[in-house]
Amino acid sequence: MNAHVLQAREVTKVYGGTHALKGIDFGVAPGRVTALFGENGAGKSTLMKILAGIEQPTTGHVELDGRPVRLLSSRDAADQGIAIIHQELSLCPNLSIQDNLFLAREIPGAFGAIDRKAQRQATVAVLNRLEEDVDPNRLVGELRLGQQQLVEIARTLLQQARVLIMDEPTSALTAPEVEVLFRVIRELTAAGVAVVYISHHLDEALEIADDVVVLRDGSLVATADAAEVDIRWIVAQMVGRDQDALFPSREPVLGEELLTVRNLMVADPDVPGRLAVNDLSLTVREGEIVGIYGLMGSGRSELLETLAGKITPVSGDVLLTGTPLGGVGIRERIERGVALVPEDRQRDGLVQTMSVGENISLAGLSSIAGRLFLSRNRERAAVARTISDVTVKTSGPKAAIGSLSGGNQQKVVIGKALLTGPRVLLLDEPSRGVDVGAKADIFDLMAAQARRGLAVLFTTSDAEEALHIPDRLLVLARGSLVGEFRQGELTREELMSVSDGGAPTTAEGPR
Amino acid sequence: MTAPATTQTATEAAPPARAALRARRLSLLNVAFELRAFIALAVLIVVFGLLSDSFLTVTNLITMTKHVAINGVIALGMLLVILKGGIDLSVGSIVGLSGVVAGELLQGLQIGGVIAYPPVWVVIVLCVAVGTAVGALNGLLVTRFNVAPFIATLGMLYVARGAAMLISNGATYPNLGGDPSLGNTGFHLLGSGRPLGLPTAIWIMIILAVAVALLLAKAPFGRWLYATGGNERAAELSGVPVRRVKAIVYVISGACAAIAGLIIASELTSAAPQAGETYELNAIAAVVIGGAALSGGKGNVRGTLVGAFVIGFLADGLVILGVSTFWQMVIKGAVIILAVVLDQVQQRFKRRGAAASAVVASEQPN
Repeated sequence: MNAHVLQAREVTKVYGGTHALKGIDFGVAPGRVTALFGENGAGKSTLMKILAGIEQPTTGHVELDGRPVRLLSSRDAADQGIAIIHQELSLCPNLSIQDNLFLAREIPGAFGAIDRKAQRQATVAVLNRLEEDVDPNRLVGELRLGQQQLVEIARTLLQQARVLIMDEPTSALTAPEVEVLFRVIRELTAAGVAVVYISHHLDEALEIADDVVVLRDGSLVATADAAEVDIRWIVAQMVGRDQDALFPSREPVLGEELLTVRNLMVADPDVPGRLAVNDLSLTVREGEIVGIYGLMGSGRSELLETLAGKITPVSGDVLLTGTPLGGVGIRERIERGVALVPEDRQRDGLVQTMSVGENISLAGLSSIAGRLFLSRNRERAAVARTISDVTVKTSGPKAAIGSLSGGNQQKVVIGKALLTGPRVLLLDEPSRGVDVGAKADIFDLMAAQARRGLAVLFTTSDAEEALHIPDRLLVLARGSLVGEFRQGELTREELMSVSDGGAPTTAEGPR
Repeated sequence: MTAPATTQTATEAAPPARAALRARRLSLLNVAFELRAFIALAVLIVVFGLLSDSFLTVTNLITMTKHVAINGVIALGMLLVILKGGIDLSVGSIVGLSGVVAGELLQGLQIGGVIAYPPVWVVIVLCVAVGTAVGALNGLLVTRFNVAPFIATLGMLYVARGAAMLISNGATYPNLGGDPSLGNTGFHLLGSGRPLGLPTAIWIMIILAVAVALLLAKAPFGRWLYATGGNERAAELSGVPVRRVKAIVYVISGACAAIAGLIIASELTSAAPQAGETYELNAIAAVVIGGAALSGGKGNVRGTLVGAFVIGFLADGLVILGVSTFWQMVIKGAVIILAVVLDQVQQRFKRRGAAASAVVASEQPN
């Protein structure tokens, strides 16, 4: 193996009170693809952010060509030839493709003006390389999510980096687009570029990888040559325990139909003229856990936000025990028993300026309030009960919400939803960004609520979760349901092929 | 609060590691930062007390507090708006408008050839109603028409001031004392009455402060307000009636400003349409010095009152010392900026303190 071009040495990272990384040694070799595996919250993204200069290590350092370097910003890292594709898109939707590609790297022309002609040529060339036929002057905000992701990839290609970090580059890409990306990656490694590849599609990452590295709970637990390992081995290393313990078996007792969705059509809030949810119908019964498998941009968040009353659908009905909820707002839906645990807990779930206890009681204040004032005692009791019910690890209800780990923050959001006394519990990617232990707790919680007679509807982009957690699995692609399966009916490979074959929802076609 | 937890972890560590000492030092700094507005006020009182014999007399303290009360009342309303993450630039104009409406009503209201003289309590209620209406208009613009609070209330700053000028024709209403034969006397008591030895204005500030503090700490509305200011999306998804909360804070702010306008008119027993110019800036300064974040979700009544005292005592103290008006402006501006800079520094220390204590925690054997 070649010497490492970029190397992390005993790197630790502490956020608030959480150790995201616990002394990691990690290197990448030129001309090779290193696939980084790990559960949500294992520390993959944090490690990549440190290598790309976006975050600084709490202790330890980074070496480039064997010499210690201090990467104080992503700009710094870019100057050293390190480029990163973010998990979250970092594009300006109000600017054109071309302007985004050259943002802060504009090609100077005469009199300090931007050389738009040169930029346009380079843009066309890089889009061709990615086999994406789209006008460079189109606004990024008008593009489909997958196309935006390709723009993000194109931007790093233009940097001609020596080290290219790809953090979930394919989360919104179709299968043919992934193939194109893999061809480009092969071209890059042939030219000597070191590539780090992260994807929750394990088979996909293993396919492109030369080296395999596995992180678990902030530590590096295994490295291997990609040719010598299989997915089963990788999963065992990632989870670090018997998979059956993570996915307990259930004997569901089903009751009446609680949630009914009929022919729901929801407009995409970001792209005018596009449907986020297209003619979707489903039911969830008392005591049932229904899972929705869908990628980023498949419409899963829009669906759940519509059910919670945040988005008003274009047409279709949502019924709770047969009563239509049309025109009923979020507040009243919560009172009637529909509770949502949103996907992005930082953006939609938590109030960072409030304490753990205040966050938990926020949605259930009506049950805590007397005629005029809140009852301190009732609130304290309810919060204490919730903290122990959902097993939040915290120094107390007065602790700052930011002092909690991702998993415990997620439990706070779930506790908040449960405190409202729901009959239908909606969870949007409940395992996103939480460690393995908390993940198991969260699945246990969902199962416990279902046993109590709640209807549980959750979304996931994790195939293992989709195959093992729900009693019934619905596969969502581009706003439409493309399959429905009972637990155990489906293999991993079948799930992948079903979810790739989604029908387009754009009025003018997929592209 | 993270400070006590940090100290505890530091003392528990058997070998006094460097990180532990660091964590403890950072937590002490944190406490000092938390109390910075109080410390600033204490420094002001001591310095002015040493430099001037007349500063620390009961009479002067009461006089200064009476000045503070006017800004304090406006700042309490402003606090609510800022907690929501908004801003209300129209309060100074509402002060003027409220006084002018009081003046107009006490001069007598011509209704179809008959001049009616409403009693003082009716005048007060109507003035507060006018402030409330202007606030409601602000709230409507912000919540229904999605106008940025800065712009909506900036517009209203001009509209309300213009309305005050129109009603009064630009002139000052003199002699608001009323006439016993008309049954509308007593207006001056708001400004010069002294129930239980304290000026009415101070009582009004105390009562409003207690009411707002109760609202924030005990009522569901307070919790809704903190949540809306902290994270509007999360609040909305938690079932908080975000729009209603946002509108109500402007209404309360307008009402508070109208009350301040009444106090001023009553003190002077005359109402000028220019009254209250730039008062919005003093109120914002008080709230910010009191530790509130303009981004919303952070701040409290105690801090805002201390902020109002800092601004008021600073201004009056400099006058007593005979410092030139120009220097007064420079110093006031510097204090406001310093307050915000300190807030930023504190945030940075807090983050470092949390990281340091986490390192300490990890070094301890479990």
